[in-house]
Amino acid sequence: MKCGVYYRKLKDRLFFLTVCMFSFLTAVPLVAIISEVVLKGFRQINWAFFTEQAPSTLDAMIARNSGSILPGGIANGIAGTLLMVAAAALMAVPAGILCGIALAEKPKSFFSGTVRFIADLIQGTPSIVIGIIAYIWVVVPMKTFSGFAGSVALAIMMLPLIIRSTEEALKMLPSSLKEAGLALGSSYTSVVIRVMLPSAFGAIFTGILLSVSRVMGETAPLMLTALGCSVINWDIFTPSSAVPLLVWEFYNDPNLVDMIWSSSLFLLALIFIFNLISKIIIRKYV
Amino acid sequence: MSETNDKIDTVLRMRNVCISYTRDKMAVNDVSADIARNRITAIMGPSGCGKSTLLRAVNRMHELYPDITVKGDILLNGKDIMKMNPMEVRRMAGMVFQRPNPFPTMSIYENVVAGLKFNDIKQGRSERDELVENCLRSVSLWDEVKDSLNKRGTFLSGGQQQRLCIARALALKPDVLLMDEPTSALDPVATNRIEELLLELKQQLTIVIVTHNMSQAARISDYSMFMYLGELVEFDNTEKMFTAPSDKRTEEYLNGRFG
Amino acid sequence: MRDKIFKFLLLLSSVLVLLVCGGMVFSLVSGSWEAISAFGFWNFLTSSDWNPVPGEESYGALPFIAGTVMTSFLALVLCIPFSLPVALFNGEYYKGKKIAAVIGSVVDLLAGIPSVVYGLWGFYTLRPLITDLGLSDQGFGVLTASVILAVMIIPYSASLSSEFFSMVPGDLKEGAFSLGATRYEVIRNVIFPFAGSGVFASYILALGRALGETMAVTMLIGNTINIPSSLVDTGNTMASVIANQFGEADGLKLSSLIAIGLLLFLITAVINFIGKMVIKKFS
Repeated sequence: MKCGVYYRKLKDRLFFLTVCMFSFLTAVPLVAIISEVVLKGFRQINWAFFTEQAPSTLDAMIARNSGSILPGGIANGIAGTLLMVAAAALMAVPAGILCGIALAEKPKSFFSGTVRFIADLIQGTPSIVIGIIAYIWVVVPMKTFSGFAGSVALAIMMLPLIIRSTEEALKMLPSSLKEAGLALGSSYTSVVIRVMLPSAFGAIFTGILLSVSRVMGETAPLMLTALGCSVINWDIFTPSSAVPLLVWEFYNDPNLVDMIWSSSLFLLALIFIFNLISKIIIRKYV
Repeated sequence: MSETNDKIDTVLRMRNVCISYTRDKMAVNDVSADIARNRITAIMGPSGCGKSTLLRAVNRMHELYPDITVKGDILLNGKDIMKMNPMEVRRMAGMVFQRPNPFPTMSIYENVVAGLKFNDIKQGRSERDELVENCLRSVSLWDEVKDSLNKRGTFLSGGQQQRLCIARALALKPDVLLMDEPTSALDPVATNRIEELLLELKQQLTIVIVTHNMSQAARISDYSMFMYLGELVEFDNTEKMFTAPSDKRTEEYLNGRFG
Repeated sequence: MRDKIFKFLLLLSSVLVLLVCGGMVFSLVSGSWEAISAFGFWNFLTSSDWNPVPGEESYGALPFIAGTVMTSFLALVLCIPFSLPVALFNGEYYKGKKIAAVIGSVVDLLAGIPSVVYGLWGFYTLRPLITDLGLSDQGFGVLTASVILAVMIIPYSASLSSEFFSMVPGDLKEGAFSLGATRYEVIRNVIFPFAGSGVFASYILALGRALGETMAVTMLIGNTINIPSSLVDTGNTMASVIANQFGEADGLKLSSLIAIGLLLFLITAVINFIGKMVIKKFS
């Protein structure tokens, strides 16, 4: 009997150690990826990196052969990402918040259930498929690849995320809040706009930030829609570049390979900052 | 104690037990008591007085929460529980909780023998069947569930579930059964049945029951402890305590002045 | 009046969501109609032709279905031994503790890394490793893609299943401890059976993620049009063939690629639906 107890304790111990070991092993890829991106990328980060457009293959080759760092930067990608994400947010945020309010209002109705189900369906759709959709919807009728097509794709991806986070944020509010507002004789609309939305603002804003950081790194749908552009381009109805698209282009061009790490570093830093801000808001807000 | 100590067969001895949640907050302060074998001892007191905390320390459940520290000695059958293996302590001192908690993924049969499974006690099929029947009979649940032993325990009523949990504890043949307000989630009829059951069970084992129901303590217990703000105010024969409490606070509590 | 307009807007936004999804299905079906009517749905699924020569054009999705299934399932198998411990660590052993929050943030960060960056890491670090191990010459192939996919879905499945582990009621665990069970025995006999279906669902949802992952897989699978003959053979997944060939495609080939997209959409929809249903049953 005694021996059995020790055996069981040993098994318990070993299991715990295995769990810990594998948990910490999971962090290895993160450390590896981040250290690789930072170590290989930081050399290229300078002022020009943010202000100049991507170098041509020829310029890059000359710089490489002379051993200096590559000229130029990713300004065209930054401009494109900024433009497309902003346009996508402009489309997805109002629709998403309204839909989130509608779902939170009637959480149990059949219609809400259907909408929620469909939103989940959209959220689960692979980004490349959403790229195809935006291609069919925008690129084909407009007969040109464009930043707008890219932003439509990104907006479709953002929409379910914003709906979900808005609904969750509103659900967390005490129901007395709404009743208090209505009891004061305010209209339903002003209760929602003046009382509910401001109270849930932090959580909703966090949801928007996270959805932006989610789509910011998307490459696949942009390959089919925005296509890429070698100069800074603020016209949303023509082909546009984006930082993740540039990473892909640099990856495919042996002369520009040095740029991929700095662009990835930029992208990672941006995404991490967004995550960090949302974490801070959550901590302060909740 | 009204009886003299040497006459009592002590199964559980507590000496200067102090339990604290964090460094400054004392939940149980310097409690010493001897629990008599084959008797029912009730621990009473207003909520937050440390009665549950004390009970849980007896089978070292407090170790699940690292912030809790226990000082002093607790001796089970003369052995210091802190020097024993927690798994053995818990086998010798079974526990029944406030809310019935049969394992929802196990059948009634499996629930009863769950302790044997955890403790790697191997038994033959017929031996195990017999044990299950005995345990369920001793909680007078056998007749109600003998045809549905393979159904989930969660389909039973609250009172039946609680009796199943008692049977589950009995299957390990513990010396002491620790009960943490076992009837507070049950209706009066179910409560009544459990109380009757406890009076029968005390032939086999020692019962320590935490309750905030004074009449329950009066009905079933042989000895009563009254705790207030973490201190053991009074510990005596139940009859004596309810008729002539020696401490003013006990009297006030029993008369419903607080708690 | 204002209330009416506002309520109308609420309704409109909900309808918009339905319309977007309806439009997606419609566009995918109509876009793939040319290919499906040319080859027949069943034939398209089971054919492994991929012949773009004008006049003899013939396309089939089988190699990509095979590639997708192989990489996704292998990724799932590789991800479980890591995500399950992380889930237990965060949802049971250190539930609510600081260290769990740290691991949780690490997992969140891993989930936030863009697919293309995973692909780069796979290409420059993982691929040479596979070559050094002598598993394949170039390091491209199903195995490499699966490993990177596994790394990508670990955070997702880990954070989901840790939620299910942490939902196991404390009094059940106490009940088991009070019978003398060790932590391991509580996990095996109480936590796993209780949270099992939820954890299972989180792996189904993770599989749904893996099926549609594009960039990292495209960069590592080798992009050859064939049914992979072994785990180290190169191939293509449904997502990667779209990413690779969509740009220069038109006519029948474009329609075939859209048909593959439709297929991918349907498969992920079904997988996600199953996962959500299991979760619904759980709670």
